[in-house]
This record gives sequence, structure tokens and C-alpha cells, in this order.
Amino acid sequence: MDANTTKDASSTASTKPIKQNPEEKTIRYADRPEIYPRNIKGIYRNVKWITLWVLLGIYHIVPWLRWDRGEGVPDQMILMDLSGRRAYFFDMVIWPQEVYYLTGILILAAIGLFFVTSLFGRVWCGFTCPQTVWTDLFFWVERQIEGESNARRKLDKGPWTAAKIFKKGLKHFIWLIVAFLMSFAWVWYFNDAPTVTVEILQGTAGSWVMATIAVLTITTYLLAGWAREQVCYYMCPWPRFQGTMFDEDTLLITYEDWRGEPRAPTNKLRNFENRGHCIDCTMCVQVCPTGVDIRLGQQMQCIGCGLCIDACDGIMEKMNLPKGLIRYDSISNGLAREHKKPETFHLVRPRTMAYVVILLVVMGAMGFSLGTRSLLDVTVLRDRAPLFVTLSDGSIRNGYTYKILNKDDSARTYTLSLKGLEGASMTVIGVEKEGAKQVMLDVVPDTVGTYKVFVKADKKNLKGKSTGIEFILVDNVSNETIVHDTVFAGPGR
Amino acid sequence: MAQVEKDALTGTDTTGHEWDGIKELNTPLPKWWIYTFYACILWAVGYWIAYPAWPTLSGYTKGVLGYSSRGDLDNQMKMVAESRSGWMGKFEAASVEDIAKDKELLTYAMAGGKFIFNENCAPCHGSGGQGAKGYPVLADDDWIWGGKLADIEQTVRLGARGIHEDTRISDMPKYGKDELLETAEIKAVADYVMSLSGQGQASDDGKVIFEENCAACHGEDGKGLQEVGGPNLTDGIWLYDGSAEGVLAQINNPKHGVMPSWEGRLDNASIKQVTVYVHSLGGGM
Repeated sequence: MDANTTKDASSTASTKPIKQNPEEKTIRYADRPEIYPRNIKGIYRNVKWITLWVLLGIYHIVPWLRWDRGEGVPDQMILMDLSGRRAYFFDMVIWPQEVYYLTGILILAAIGLFFVTSLFGRVWCGFTCPQTVWTDLFFWVERQIEGESNARRKLDKGPWTAAKIFKKGLKHFIWLIVAFLMSFAWVWYFNDAPTVTVEILQGTAGSWVMATIAVLTITTYLLAGWAREQVCYYMCPWPRFQGTMFDEDTLLITYEDWRGEPRAPTNKLRNFENRGHCIDCTMCVQVCPTGVDIRLGQQMQCIGCGLCIDACDGIMEKMNLPKGLIRYDSISNGLAREHKKPETFHLVRPRTMAYVVILLVVMGAMGFSLGTRSLLDVTVLRDRAPLFVTLSDGSIRNGYTYKILNKDDSARTYTLSLKGLEGASMTVIGVEKEGAKQVMLDVVPDTVGTYKVFVKADKKNLKGKSTGIEFILVDNVSNETIVHDTVFAGPGR
Repeated sequence: MAQVEKDALTGTDTTGHEWDGIKELNTPLPKWWIYTFYACILWAVGYWIAYPAWPTLSGYTKGVLGYSSRGDLDNQMKMVAESRSGWMGKFEAASVEDIAKDKELLTYAMAGGKFIFNENCAPCHGSGGQGAKGYPVLADDDWIWGGKLADIEQTVRLGARGIHEDTRISDMPKYGKDELLETAEIKAVADYVMSLSGQGQASDDGKVIFEENCAACHGEDGKGLQEVGGPNLTDGIWLYDGSAEGVLAQINNPKHGVMPSWEGRLDNASIKQVTVYVHSLGGGM
């Protein structure tokens, strides 16, 4: 201990001495250490390839699936028509005023993510996150062109020869093409896919379409090609707080330090008496796409992809040692094995149950709301100026703006009638001139029909200055009925 | 530069900052982060050059792109005018009756007419055509110059007592002021007029005087003649004061309102739209 540490004797936070390092200066900004992950074969690698191709397949194929909705309506199975202000999902057509369904979907997605994370750890990060999928794809492209990790490291360190320039150029070119294909698919979800594809290829697509593709191509290229693990380290909020979903029963990538330590390089005798099983080959570090040493324990930077398990299992096999020095298991099971106790796996835990309950409640609410979702809605605006009009025959008239939202994909005719005011008759601009007890209102598919309705009544039938009345709208086909309460104003008695 | 201390527990450098014995670990930001920050600063400088940015003593820097929010608005207004030009053509071609029959044009005219009405007509006729004393209510079914589409269009176009050479004119004689009738006769005819709308009793004299002097414009039965702008006297709707004194005053020395001629002030399409709208206010008779 030197003099400086005695000065720190008052320190309550750290009981350990603080070392002096006179040569170094405080580093404020650090270089990004280039990571050259080694390729590895194994179960988790296969799972990653399968999820990659399945997810990219879904992403690229779904917008091409068709769904017949009749004449004049888009026939794309899933389409977010921004300019038409409609979202099409199978038979459902969502209007802007129903955007709360989107909120419901986002809540379901968030809670679903929490639920899966509390059970299986970072499966989202390791296998399905677009950043992971695209980075994996970009790594693959890089490996095909520049070779294995050692060759890549050597190439980066070496001088700029013609071969290097060619390899690097080719890599970035292919990266850009891949990024373009990924971004191209994005606009299919917001436009009719075949139409917009032709337009883009002909160069006649709208500037927003082109700008979206350009921005997404550049961001995909930068994030998957250059930023890679930096996205998980510094940009993404999820790694920072996903740890709160973990407990001792959550499946995680764990290193069995009780079995592995003390680690030491092995010799030809392969004698593992009185030492740990870890031979410090660092294969687990070399294959890691985010440059993590899993033997240090749980850490934010680990995306939980399991490639280190593939690496370590291969080594253990060669060493004739049991596999699973690094494994995908819960911390409690690790402890159980250490202390020779039976292993258990608790799917049902207060935490997971809480997520299940929230999921079921939100799903139930959404399901109920969608199931009982009306394809008809009305808005009634009473005229405020004038409140009422006295006509030449002494009767009183009120004006209303009556809006009918026909969310159905067929034209509908509705019957509007009135209740609560004796002898009242209705005139509707452009529909009914004479005054009738019932009027037929047409609304073309998928639009709002606006009607100006005048109600006329005898003064003697009014109940003071304000008489409660009901507009009753009946769909002539489905008999669906909407009753709207409003008032009829008069001069009073 | 201060010497760098390493925290023995984590092996991480400390920043040399210490609070209550707790030393801050140095977790350096990645360099790309600071470069992004510098790039943002450069971007901002580019923005200053390209767009209006800095105030000067007498104005502001204009920017090399020549952008201004006012110019932006002008462009948007031009685009709106362009998108409307097709519609305006349709309104030019169609008669007001055609517009009222065509659902699409009707919807457009109702929206456009409402806007034109609020800007030009509402100051006198009130919002929603609720009227005011001396300014006719447009929301009822009592029309002085007629409530048919063509009638309303003519009133809007030419005005009443306006400056147009074909403007609608109806001048009620000043029976009292110009001594056309005796005071007693005026009283009698006023009583008769009140009785037409069921208020009070009238002598036979009043009826005779009415038929001789008033029926030419207000009709034999007092129900008015819209062709000459003679108001209906039998209903409960009065342009001016509807009390006995008010009626008397109007016979003695009538007031006359003026409606401007809108031809030349509003374009054809606007006049047609506001006509359809006003027609609808009255319930579309």
C-alpha cells in the first residue's frame, strides 16, 4: 500500500486499495474495439439461421399475400394505407379514430416481451431482434468475402492493396444491396406491394417512398454493418432494463464457475484433477458477436444468443468432459447442480403469472372490443346558431348535422326516425323536402355520410325550452340500431 | 494532468472526482458518439447557411435556399387553388338547381358556402342565418324575395336596393310622413295588420284601407307578394318591430334595409355555393 491509499482510509465505499497508474491520462472517449467473431457450428447457430430465414421470409412475403375485399378496396392482406387513412388487417379495416387498437397491440407486444424475457431471458435480443438478424446477415456476407475472423483481422491490419480495396468495396456494395432489399420490403406494408414495386423500378414512385427507402437503406447499412454491437451497448434501452425481468429461475446464458474454475490451459495429459474444467481457450469470447466474456457472469452487453455454448460444448467434447460448462439454464439450477440438489424449473412464478394476467386482460379487452366492434357509428351536432327557428306557421324548427360512419365495405341504406316529440317531422337537405316521420339515408362504402337534418314540431308539443329527443338509425340490412340522445330547443312557454 | 487512479474492485479507471469518499468510475463514451455530436454541430452550421437563421440589426439572414415560411404558404395556397380549379369549373358550368341535385357538388357547396357565408353574410344575417332586427332571418321559411334557389341566387347576385342596375327594389310609401293617409286611417290599418297575425281586433275601415293602399304589394290576404318584395304580414315573423307601435311606426315612416349586390364582389362559383348554403339554412324549400 502506498501513501495515497492511506489518504483514502476515510473512504466508506471501497475497502480495497486504489492503485496508482502514473503514465495514463484520463480517457474521455474510447475507441470502439473491432470485434471479429469466429464462425461456429452448433445447435444455437442453427436456431439462429432458422429464425433468421423464417423472419426475413415472413417480412418479405406477407405484403404480397392478397385478401379479397371487393371492388374499389385494396386487396392486400396487411396494408397500412397512410394517405387513405385506413389500416387493413385481413377482414378488419381500422379507421383513424380506432387508433387505440394500435395502443393495445403495443401493450401486448411490450408485456409479451416482458413475459418471454422473465421465462427465457434475452431470446428477443439473441434471435429475433432486427438488429441481431441483420447484423448476422451482414457478418455472413463479410465472412464470404473477407474470410474467417483471423483473415479479417489480418486484412484490416494490412496495407491497402488492390485485393483489399476490391474485397472491402465488394463487401460494402453487397451490404448496401442487402440493406436496400430490407428497406424495399418496408414500403410494401404502406403501399400496394406490386404497384409500388413497379413504380420504384420505373423511378416513378413518390418522393416519400424513395426517401423512406433511402433513409432505411442508409440506417440499415450503418447499424448492421458499422455500429453492430454498439447499438445494443449504447443506443437500445432494452438491455439496460431487461435485467429487472430476470430472477433465479429465468433461463440465461450461464457459465458454471463452480465447475470451470480455477481455469488453466490444459496439457497433453489432459489431467483435470484439482482444477476447473475451463481450459481458458477463449473460444467463448472469440465467437461472441458482442465481444463479451461470459465467464465474468451476467452482463448488459450479452445478447443471449448462445453461440458461446456451441463453442464451449465443442471444446468439452474434445476434452472428453461433460458438455454444458456454459449453458442455457437458470441460476437456481446452476446452484442446484453445484450443491448436488435436484434441478427444478419453475414456469409458474408470481412474476410470470402477473405478466400472464396482464396479457389475458389486455387480450380479452381487445378481443371483446374487436368482436363487438360496430361497423356503424353516428355523430350528431346540434345547430347552436340559431338555437331554434320560428316558422311562418308558428311551428318550431331545429337543425342538426347528422354524420353516419359506414365502416362496412358495402353501400348501406339506413332508416332515420325520431322519438320523444309528438308530431315532429324531418326534412333532410338533398333527400327529403316535404317533411316525413322516417327518412332513408344512403352512405357509400367506407365513408362518412353527412346530412343536414331539420326537425319541425308544433310549439304546443314542446316541454319547455329544451325537449329531450332520440334519433334512431337502423341499418336496413343488418338491423343494427344506434340511438342518439339529443335535445330540441324551443322558446319556452 | 492528474494521475489516473484505478479502482481495484472493478479494474476501471476513475475520473479523479470524489464525493463523500465515493470515487467516480470513468466509463468513457465511444468515440463515434462524440463524432456524431460534432457532425450535428456541422449540420447546424449547414442549416444556418441554407435556411433563414440569424437575426441581424435590420432583419435576418435569408439563407442560400431562399426558403421562407411565407413563400411556403404561398406555394401551398397555389396548390390548393390548383386542386380547387377543377371544382370551380364544375360550379361555373352547373346551375344552382343542378348543384343541389348532385350529391358531390352539394356536399362541396355546403362546406364552401358556409365559409363564404361566414366571411361575407354573417355580419348582418348572423351566424347560421339567425338574423337580427332589420336583417332578415335566413334560417326560417319566410322569404321576402322568395326562397327558391333561383330567387336566392338573384337576391345574392343583384342585392336589394343595391348598386346593381337590376337590383331588387321595393319602397314602401311613407304614409304618415308624406301625409298619404290620415292619422286615424293609419291607426285603423295598423290594427288590421295586427289582426292578420291573430293579434287584436280590427274595424272594417282598416280592411278597406288595406285593400286600397297595401294589397298591391302585400297581397289581398296580406300573405305578401315575393315577386315585388312585399313581406307576408300574416305570420309571426317580423323584420322590424312586430308590436302595435312598431307596425304603426313602419306605416308612418318605413325603414328600408340595403343588401349589397354581390355580383363582381364574389365570383360565380362562390355565389352559387353560398346560394345553395343559404337555401339549405332555410330548410331547402
